[in-house]
Amino acid sequence: MSKNRTNNIHRESVFPTRMTLGLMKNKLKGAEQGHSLLKKKSEALTKRFRDILKRIEDAKLKMGSVMQVASFSLAEVSYATGENIGYQVQESVSGEARFKVRASAENVSGVILPTFEKHVNDEINDFKLTGLGRGGQQVIKAKSVYSSAVETLVELASLQVSFGILDEVIKVTNRRVNAIEHVIIPRVKNTIDYINSELDELDREEFYRLKKVQEKKQEELAAQDAELKKQMLEQAELNKRLLEKIKLEEGEEAVEEVQAEAEAKEQEQEQEQKTVAAEESEPQNLLQEQEDDVIF
Amino acid sequence: MSDNANRTLIAVIGDEDTITGLLLAGIGQVSEQNTKNFYVVNGSTKEEDIEAKFREFTEERKDIAIVLVSQFIAEKIRSTVDSYAKTFPTVLEIPSKDHPYDPEKDSVLRRVRRLFGE
Repeated sequence: MSKNRTNNIHRESVFPTRMTLGLMKNKLKGAEQGHSLLKKKSEALTKRFRDILKRIEDAKLKMGSVMQVASFSLAEVSYATGENIGYQVQESVSGEARFKVRASAENVSGVILPTFEKHVNDEINDFKLTGLGRGGQQVIKAKSVYSSAVETLVELASLQVSFGILDEVIKVTNRRVNAIEHVIIPRVKNTIDYINSELDELDREEFYRLKKVQEKKQEELAAQDAELKKQMLEQAELNKRLLEKIKLEEGEEAVEEVQAEAEAKEQEQEQEQKTVAAEESEPQNLLQEQEDDVIF
Repeated sequence: MSDNANRTLIAVIGDEDTITGLLLAGIGQVSEQNTKNFYVVNGSTKEEDIEAKFREFTEERKDIAIVLVSQFIAEKIRSTVDSYAKTFPTVLEIPSKDHPYDPEKDSVLRRVRRLFGE
């Protein structure tokens, strides 16, 4: 029972017919094609992924220095204005952000990777009054430095999003590749083997059955043959005796007559035997044909 | 994907200087209900508050595309940041003035390094 169950895992439950064999062969072909396609996809994605990994690492390190410069410009602002402008800046933020991002999509082998693009609305200026008294220039400089810093951050964020999505997709693709390679293809192959062995078994059965039938027929023929021979021998014996009798009774003329008669009878019998032989050879031909069938 | 088209804002959780700088760049937005897309953390801010804000930015608000978190603050709520796995919005750890950037602590960079086999 348990053996049966493990067998079911390794092959699909189908009837072993030639049609299912064809279906399974098609399935195997499809699985192999899908496997190679998915493998290619996975390779393309991995290539892209490695590229992004490298860029993330560089961008992260770049971000460190960019933010340092930005902090420094802010320190200049505090020095120039002589006060902490943080509170003032926070309070003067208006209802709409000046610096926004937009997501646009990029397609890499069927995977949509969003990338952020900066979108600056120049009409909005929340900090007109900041640094009005002192340090206006420093404030403007800090603004531009921080803007470029945020640009770097946005770029990094896009990379990070791509990283996350690609990571996921590559995992899924690899899982599929492995599933096809290690589960589906072996199972279909097992099924094909099973169907083949089962069909062979059927063929062998058929062949053996035909052989048995033929044996039976030959036995019958042999019996018929034997009977005929016996009859012929009896007849010959009878003829001989008859001949001798006639020889004794009548002259040589009569003997010839009888002999001719006997010959005619013999010929008749021969003819009969021939037809029997023809009958005998027919099943042999049939068997030959069947054998050819079985082998191929 | 259409859901992400509305995500245009950059949110920040950071110390005062970082926020001031980023606001100068123009990322700030305050709605009529007075909800802001930035959160100032100082020495007396509780970790639960930071965590609540982080969750608000990452889960509740649907208009935020990128969440910037100062690294030393991310450090305080490390488990929450590390377990955050969604792509939208993206969480980005940034350095701040008083706390230089340490690539070893960044959750994304750590994954990158691991994938490179270092």
